[in-house]
Amino acid sequence: MPVYSEKVMQHFMSPHNVGEIADADGVGEIGNPVCGDMMTFYIKVKDNRIEDVKYKTFGCGAAIAVSSMVSDLVKGKTLEEALTVTPSMVAKELEGLPKNKMHCSNLGAQALRKAIKNYAINNKIDIPGLTDKEEPEEDEHACET
Amino acid sequence: MDNVAASPVLPEVREAMLPYLGEVFGNPQSLHDWGDGAREVVEGAREQVAALIGGVSEEVIFTSSGTEANNMAIKGLARARVEKGKHIVVSAIEHFSVLNSARTLQKEGFEVSLAPVDSNGTIDPAEVIKLVRPDTILVSVMHASGEVGTIQPVAEIAARLPKDGPLLHTDAVASAGNIPVSVKELGVHALSLAGNQFNGPRGSAALWVKRGVRLLPLLDGGIQEGGRRPGTEDVPAIAGLGKAAEIAIRDLDGRMKRLLDLRGMLIAGVLDKVEHSILTGHPVNRLPGYASFCLRFIEGEAILMLLNSHGVAAASGSACTSRALKASHVLLAMGINHELAQGSMLFTLGPDNNEEDVSYVLEKLPRVVDRLRQMSPLYSKYLKEQKG
Repeated sequence: MPVYSEKVMQHFMSPHNVGEIADADGVGEIGNPVCGDMMTFYIKVKDNRIEDVKYKTFGCGAAIAVSSMVSDLVKGKTLEEALTVTPSMVAKELEGLPKNKMHCSNLGAQALRKAIKNYAINNKIDIPGLTDKEEPEEDEHACET
Repeated sequence: MDNVAASPVLPEVREAMLPYLGEVFGNPQSLHDWGDGAREVVEGAREQVAALIGGVSEEVIFTSSGTEANNMAIKGLARARVEKGKHIVVSAIEHFSVLNSARTLQKEGFEVSLAPVDSNGTIDPAEVIKLVRPDTILVSVMHASGEVGTIQPVAEIAARLPKDGPLLHTDAVASAGNIPVSVKELGVHALSLAGNQFNGPRGSAALWVKRGVRLLPLLDGGIQEGGRRPGTEDVPAIAGLGKAAEIAIRDLDGRMKRLLDLRGMLIAGVLDKVEHSILTGHPVNRLPGYASFCLRFIEGEAILMLLNSHGVAAASGSACTSRALKASHVLLAMGINHELAQGSMLFTLGPDNNEEDVSYVLEKLPRVVDRLRQMSPLYSKYLKEQKG
């Protein structure tokens, strides 16, 4: 049986929205070189909506597919809607991820969250549950599931 | 180009095995004609394996895998000498079957010292000797690394070990059948080898133990393999191992020359065509079929998946590639950092590969690397830093 679902393979082979946004309104970077995944998400926000989203990802097939899926899920959504994207939602949309790659879906959702928070802080916008909270420390051993 | 994980079983080897999966089903221990047939092939194979490594047939014990041979050597030799001491020395880049056997012994009260390697993955004999104490009973140093291909100075270590001191075992799983291996020249007391590393079947391996050296069995059972490895013999696998050994002896020079040429072409090509790539392992003193690299800013599993989509099979020691999600302990022991180890690649060339294959990889790999770098945040950071 192949390791990855067809959906993961599609997103890995032709990832959507790859790139950087030079004048991004929010940037979120997350990374852990020990387990080998790093993601940077860029968002462009207009009227409280994610008008554009791009990312760069260093990592395995799952990390790349997760980044692509997250970008699809949040493009055009309001910030509040985007914040409801959870790791399990991403994994489900990808038709599942191998057990030892579930942390990749955490990274994708976290990187996006960081980008939104970065935007909110830059623009002095309060988003309850985001700007009033410390982000959890990145777990060095997150990869050792 | 992933001949190390499993090398193709040669047709001649398959032919040699088939009778023992069919009409010759006897048990070598049985005292009738069917048993005789099986016994003959097992003893013939023992001679062929002994010939491959310059040993004597009675010194060869058949096992189910290189892992079993290594377990048997480390645990079996150490436990048999426990009254002489409880200290063993192994190198930091040994296969997990050696490292984890040593760990098991630690739980039994043995002490284990790890010998370091340099940036080429070479074990310094002086470092090994420094670790040897009066109560050291066993030293295990691999003959060649299965991950970066570096060939180790085993003979020099043997020569510098105190006389009547510790036993010396070498894991020759990656090297036996691929380069000349002589237990006499290496000066070792025990040596592990595996048939699947030289076009024999999986499940075929052996431990060679010098005559007179005591070894405790891992399994309790009957008298097979002199009681050192009880259990009914896997006659087809043993027949295949013997044939593979015979072919390896016959074809070794030609095979090595061919692989050296292909390897040279692959290494030069990758270093030339892929920017920010380094060769891992010793530049010259390495297994003939081994071309291993670290490619910066990208991750191994993604490289493998894209290469696979082009029909190229390779391997990587990146954390994401391993089930355990840990970067290769060999690369880390060589001082390669986690980030660079993520981009590790291993091509192992085999008898089915030719120049066309190498050219094809050299055409596809740079594109694969470029594509992944275009989406790598590490690469864009690097480019920005370069611009200042």
